[in-house]
Amino acid sequence: MIIEALIAVTFLAALVTFVLPDRYAGKAAFALSLAPVVGSLYMWQQYDASGNALLGGNIAFETDVVWLQLGQYDIHWMVGVDGISMPLVVLTTILTTLAIVSAWTPISERQSQFFGLMLLMEANLLGVFTALDFFVWFIFWEAVLLPMYFLIGVWGGPRRKYAAIKFFVYTNIASLVMFIGFVSLVFGLGDSITSLRLPEIAQALQAGQLGSFAGLSAGALASVAFIAMFIGFAVKVPVAPLHTWLPDAHVEAPTPVSVMLAGVLLKMGTYALLRFNFTMLPETARAFALPIALLAVASVIYGALLALAQQDLKRIVAYSSVSSMGYVILGLIAYTTYGVGGATFQMVAHGLISGLMFMAVGVIYNTTHTRMVGDMSGIADRMPVTAGIFVAGAFGYMGLPLMAGFAAEFFIFKGAFESTVMEAMPLFTGAAMFGIVIVAGYLLFAMQRTLFGPFRFDGDYDITEAPFHDVAPLAVLLLLTIVLGVSPDIFFTMIQDAVTPILELGGAF
Amino acid sequence: MTPLQSTPEWVATAPAIVLALTGLALLLIDTIDPDSTNNGLLAGTATLGALAAGGIAGWFLIGGTGMESTGGAISLYGDALVVDGMSLFFTLIFTSVAAMVSVASYDYLADQRYQGEFYALVLFAATGMTLMGMSNSLATVFVSLELASLPSYALVAFLKEDRGSIEAGLKYFLIGALSSAVFAFGISLVFAVTGSLVLPEIAASLAEGTELVGVLGLGVLMIAGGFAFKTASVPFHFWAPEAYEGAPAPVSAFLSSASKAAGFVVAFRVFTVAFPLGTVTSIGGGSVDWSLLFALLAVVTMTLGNFAAATQQNVKRMLAYSSIGHAGYALIGLAAITVDGGAANGDVLGASMAHLFVYGFMNTGAFLFIAMVEKWGLGRTFEDYNGIASKAPIAAAAMTVFMFSLAGLPPFGGFFSKYALFFSAIESGFWWLAAVGAVNSALSLFYYSRVVKAMWIEEPSANLEIGSQPVGMYVAIVFAAVGTVLLLPGSQPVIETAQTVAAALF
Repeated sequence: MIIEALIAVTFLAALVTFVLPDRYAGKAAFALSLAPVVGSLYMWQQYDASGNALLGGNIAFETDVVWLQLGQYDIHWMVGVDGISMPLVVLTTILTTLAIVSAWTPISERQSQFFGLMLLMEANLLGVFTALDFFVWFIFWEAVLLPMYFLIGVWGGPRRKYAAIKFFVYTNIASLVMFIGFVSLVFGLGDSITSLRLPEIAQALQAGQLGSFAGLSAGALASVAFIAMFIGFAVKVPVAPLHTWLPDAHVEAPTPVSVMLAGVLLKMGTYALLRFNFTMLPETARAFALPIALLAVASVIYGALLALAQQDLKRIVAYSSVSSMGYVILGLIAYTTYGVGGATFQMVAHGLISGLMFMAVGVIYNTTHTRMVGDMSGIADRMPVTAGIFVAGAFGYMGLPLMAGFAAEFFIFKGAFESTVMEAMPLFTGAAMFGIVIVAGYLLFAMQRTLFGPFRFDGDYDITEAPFHDVAPLAVLLLLTIVLGVSPDIFFTMIQDAVTPILELGGAF
Repeated sequence: MTPLQSTPEWVATAPAIVLALTGLALLLIDTIDPDSTNNGLLAGTATLGALAAGGIAGWFLIGGTGMESTGGAISLYGDALVVDGMSLFFTLIFTSVAAMVSVASYDYLADQRYQGEFYALVLFAATGMTLMGMSNSLATVFVSLELASLPSYALVAFLKEDRGSIEAGLKYFLIGALSSAVFAFGISLVFAVTGSLVLPEIAASLAEGTELVGVLGLGVLMIAGGFAFKTASVPFHFWAPEAYEGAPAPVSAFLSSASKAAGFVVAFRVFTVAFPLGTVTSIGGGSVDWSLLFALLAVVTMTLGNFAAATQQNVKRMLAYSSIGHAGYALIGLAAITVDGGAANGDVLGASMAHLFVYGFMNTGAFLFIAMVEKWGLGRTFEDYNGIASKAPIAAAAMTVFMFSLAGLPPFGGFFSKYALFFSAIESGFWWLAAVGAVNSALSLFYYSRVVKAMWIEEPSANLEIGSQPVGMYVAIVFAAVGTVLLLPGSQPVIETAQTVAAALF
């Protein structure tokens, strides 16, 4: 019941925040958002699952009741967590709370609506990561989009309308493609399943129950469904060349929303790829290893090169997310413990570090009202704490040892080199590693020009250190990044436990 | 057990009787003191009457009146009327829409004359619709259809000073008269072939075979045309945008939700009972395959409605076309029926009924929001909606719910009903129909989200003023919005009832 309680409390917090006066909304939302943080940490502490939730593992905090009886396939209210979803639940609650605090300064109008929508989004995100029935999962998956659409569209920058509608249309069409792909799988399974519970579907697929549907043979159906779902999720991740909505959304979105977008929403895509494509259809995934690895490397390199070309700090961080998500795809297709486990770990690590970077850019913007690299230099003189955290975060991004990013990327590269899905895998891994060099290049370049050197600022604002509540979330994120980097086992043990069954299907044998 | 088990059978028509009596009572109230009208009393009476009729229908549904658990459909007046689960289910739709419209009209009619007549006409039209749901003979179908239509014509033209309203009423009336004529001619052809007007007898006669396949086919086609008019489906949809746009917005809500559902209930009953697919396809080499006809109509209707809606600048007109699109979705219920479908037939027809039920809430709510905007004196284009959310956040939030639900986005009732509809269509083997529906549904998000964007994201124009906060309209809109949201978690009873009562037809 704790998962239901967690989601319900977050929903209630959202409703309460909606009706509060604007003056108190930010503080109240922060206080209310602590409840899900405590709840998720309690879950983490009490966590006792083993194995993969979809492949017959022991699911923690499971609820499974029939909700709707509709034709051939029942719909269950089924929620629960395993080693893959548990870290993401913790990430969601913590990052939302920090994003709410970081919104105190920049959000100056319609606060109760803003903070209410943030909490509403959190509730739906928790649903996405815990739902184990397709229908329930899809409702939460889609319901995340609505708050996001408003958050970008109402509180965004000058081109917010365009960015919001682009985000909305892209992701909705992607959802439709994915939905059609998945539903064709369900009907391909025919009578071998009686409900839309993901574990049941995954296990039926492993048992080779997939039949033909709509004139496609089982093999062709698996391929079509895999491609449809991959496209659907790849938009969310985003994988190049389906990433074009992301920079627009990030640049126009207010900083706290960017934090959520990069920190958690992108992980919905990689999480779903892991849960659906790579767990349910491992043979098909292996057959498509070459194009997927190509897309992964393309995302890494192309995203990094695009970041290199930007003048806007936020765009730099946004494009580098494309690059980082490429590593996740590379880790997933490697089909080794370290590859898939590292990819899952990277979801959390990137959530923390990209959140940190976006927040740091936001704090600088709150003071300078510009994000252009050329408009300022030597900011570190006036804002030493912010600049210090920015630098630390950037090194985390580059993969400095003892920070979460290093652990994640190390796991991924180790796993990818060991991979046996195809012979050329080390080649792709080597190419992807080159991305780190570019990341170091653009981050060092941007920092050198904005933070260091003689102080120069072209605007009319006084540059002073940011208030405590702006800097505190940064410090917390930095601390968490270091903690995870020093002892990745906090999450990596349970992740490994949950991904091992996937590899046993997919062929690490 | 059946409620009122020891009572005479005609008591089963109680919902229709209550509606008709309420209509008469309204006229009586208005006659007692014709010089002064008590709007509150009239609206209250109309709402209570509709709610009472709906309550009785719901009670009967739960109790199982006319359903298999208590001995099957109750047949009245020599099989002219039948009370079964489907008629009760649709009565629930008509009365809930009528109640919402009555409550909202309290504010809309505040400065108008002839208030008593307005409410009475709504109630009489609802009576006609309820009778349409019960009709078991082509004669009663025709009569009740006219009983529902004639008040509707008057309601559309209710704003006598408004050229648009008069024009809309005239167009609606002329096309309505034409389609009635076509419909009556179709009935006569079917009568010529089968020698009966009672639906089960027509089926029995057809089962023995007939030489007059061409006449029968033409008759069926003309009857289908009559339904296409009533449900605003292609090719008799032309009146709908004009009538919905010109009519007072509460009347548009009533017509596009309840009247459309009434058209569907008759179509469902006539085609499944009088012309069972297995029977008619075995005549004359399967040339009278209405399933194929409705599949074509469904695809054309939903696509045309969607694309036309996407090009509108006027919100009310956009909703009118969207209502045509939704008729296309509901037609899937008939199109996906197969000869050897068995339980799948009941499932898909029931899913279509459930969609009409959900649609009754979300579409009525959307039109009532437009009524509120008209009341505020704002314009009808998307630009006129800019920034409404900053002045009236609750109403705008409700409208957002309606728009996203109409688009079929989770987490609202519209998602559930479309999901059920498309899924059961696939189970019947019509995956291509479901795919067309799903793609259309995704495209529809484009124009629905424009309303949302205008209300929340666009800057309000400098002189955006909202005068009053009409209580009745708020009540109706919030009620519809809560219903639309709750129909997702609470969809089990709706879909279960709908599929059970639909299965009884096969």
